[in-house]
Amino acid sequence: MATETDARRAIDAVWRIESARLIAGLARMTGDVGVAEDLAQDALVAALEQWPRTGVPDNPGAWLMTTAKNRAIDRTRHGEVAERKQRELGREAELAQSLSGADLVEKAADDIGDELLALIFTACHPVLATEARVALTLRLVGSLTTAEIARAFLVKESTVAQRIVRAKRTLAEARVPIEVPSGRELDERLTSVLEVIYAIFNEGYAASAGENLIRADLCEEAMRLGRILAGLAPREPEAHGLVALMELQASRFPARTGPSGEPILLEDQDRGRWDFVLIGRGLKALDRAEGLGRPLGPYALQAAIAACHARARTPEETDWERIVALYDGLAAITGSPVVELNRAVAVGMAFGPDAGLELLDGLGGKPALEGYHLLPAARGDMLERLGRAEEARAEFERAAFLTQNERERALLLARSAQPQ
Amino acid sequence: MRFMVLVKASEESEAGVMPSEEELAEMGKFNEELVKAGVMLAGEGLHPTSRGARIRFSGDERTVIDGPFAETKELLAGYWLIQARDRDEAIEWMKRAPFDGGTEIEVRQVFEEDDFGEEFTPELREQERRLRAQAEQNQG
Repeated sequence: MATETDARRAIDAVWRIESARLIAGLARMTGDVGVAEDLAQDALVAALEQWPRTGVPDNPGAWLMTTAKNRAIDRTRHGEVAERKQRELGREAELAQSLSGADLVEKAADDIGDELLALIFTACHPVLATEARVALTLRLVGSLTTAEIARAFLVKESTVAQRIVRAKRTLAEARVPIEVPSGRELDERLTSVLEVIYAIFNEGYAASAGENLIRADLCEEAMRLGRILAGLAPREPEAHGLVALMELQASRFPARTGPSGEPILLEDQDRGRWDFVLIGRGLKALDRAEGLGRPLGPYALQAAIAACHARARTPEETDWERIVALYDGLAAITGSPVVELNRAVAVGMAFGPDAGLELLDGLGGKPALEGYHLLPAARGDMLERLGRAEEARAEFERAAFLTQNERERALLLARSAQPQ
Repeated sequence: MRFMVLVKASEESEAGVMPSEEELAEMGKFNEELVKAGVMLAGEGLHPTSRGARIRFSGDERTVIDGPFAETKELLAGYWLIQARDRDEAIEWMKRAPFDGGTEIEVRQVFEEDDFGEEFTPELREQERRLRAQAEQNQG
């Protein structure tokens, strides 16, 4: 017989599966994500009270939605509607109206998808700071608890809680409509969503604050959110591009760190350890992006570059010329000095270290690259290949001095110490 | 985390009986839910064991045994690879699969790099060394 904790854990799991859609539906109905979340929480409380006795219902999503709506009607009837709602004169009546008139019949899949997409766009609204968007998205769409978000980003739980409260308030005050943007606005808003998802991925990927462990959970969650987005907006090549980029980058996780937690460079990685399930998925997602017939955007281009590496069974088989061409495209779109740097590295691989060095020298003055350790590291690499050992060692030392990451510093110091 | 979900065979699957249109539609719907939630990583059906083979290893010997194989309940008919936050979530997802008639599926967590314990950082090694030294002291 299932114990109380078993029942609790099962309910929590069902909650994680259902909550995003539940909140999305309620947000669409009430026009306020804060109210939507409150109502959803009401439904969860009811579930925790009843399901241990009655068992998890056949259609838990529908049960939760019905319960949330009933609670909302109760609240308005007893004048207990959330403060912020009460401030909006006349909305109380509207709310009760929309809820009682609402269909309790199962919604069409399209509608549910549309609501979820609207919630994602809202949580990622550019009126919010990036960290607020990240926290709100993980909370409303990712179904992470405030504590989980705090642990993942190495901040205090109260900090995250405040961020979320303020974010909801900002959205309400700015009267952000909960809908899927269209036309010109769509591109901008989509960029904002992609940014949030990739920020979550990067947090897990880079393991900031000098940690050794890759916080795989965050990366998995980011990939999951990316897949959801690509599923809801299948005609957006950058949505597929982002998924492809994340899956291809994540495919290298098993080979990225050595036994002492030291980072292993791409060219030294044991490719047999790469995750071929993710490579397969990433390449497929890239196909979908390319198949839409529009020029590739920055995420798709980065994914295409990652795909070049993924397809090479050994470093020697890498199609560096193709990578250079892709970087040409990326540099043209982004105008980013970091992209120029990566392009120079690729040129060095495709056309020889002299060519690469020439480009790197051209980047020397760029202010954006001032404290960036990968510039001297790249120079060091090319100088080493040209047999200019002393100069190479000096560059690696410079790079080691500039990096924040302990593991990387160790790696760079080792290269600066190597006798030639 | 990842979980592999193993679908056990049945008399029908072993006999190569194709699922009905209704069954296929229901399974399609379920798979679509997994995809929409971003948790589906892979999933395939397997041909009956009549088309399969087993390989037995003993020293340098390799013995190939052609199917079909007995003990239907222990045979596999298909698998999924899904992503889930934890075991409970994986189970809740798979409870929604449209099976019936006593079919059994098995949910197993996939090993990930971290699990192999190779990621022993210098800090952890130092800690281990100290603990061991202390334990030795306590014994002496």
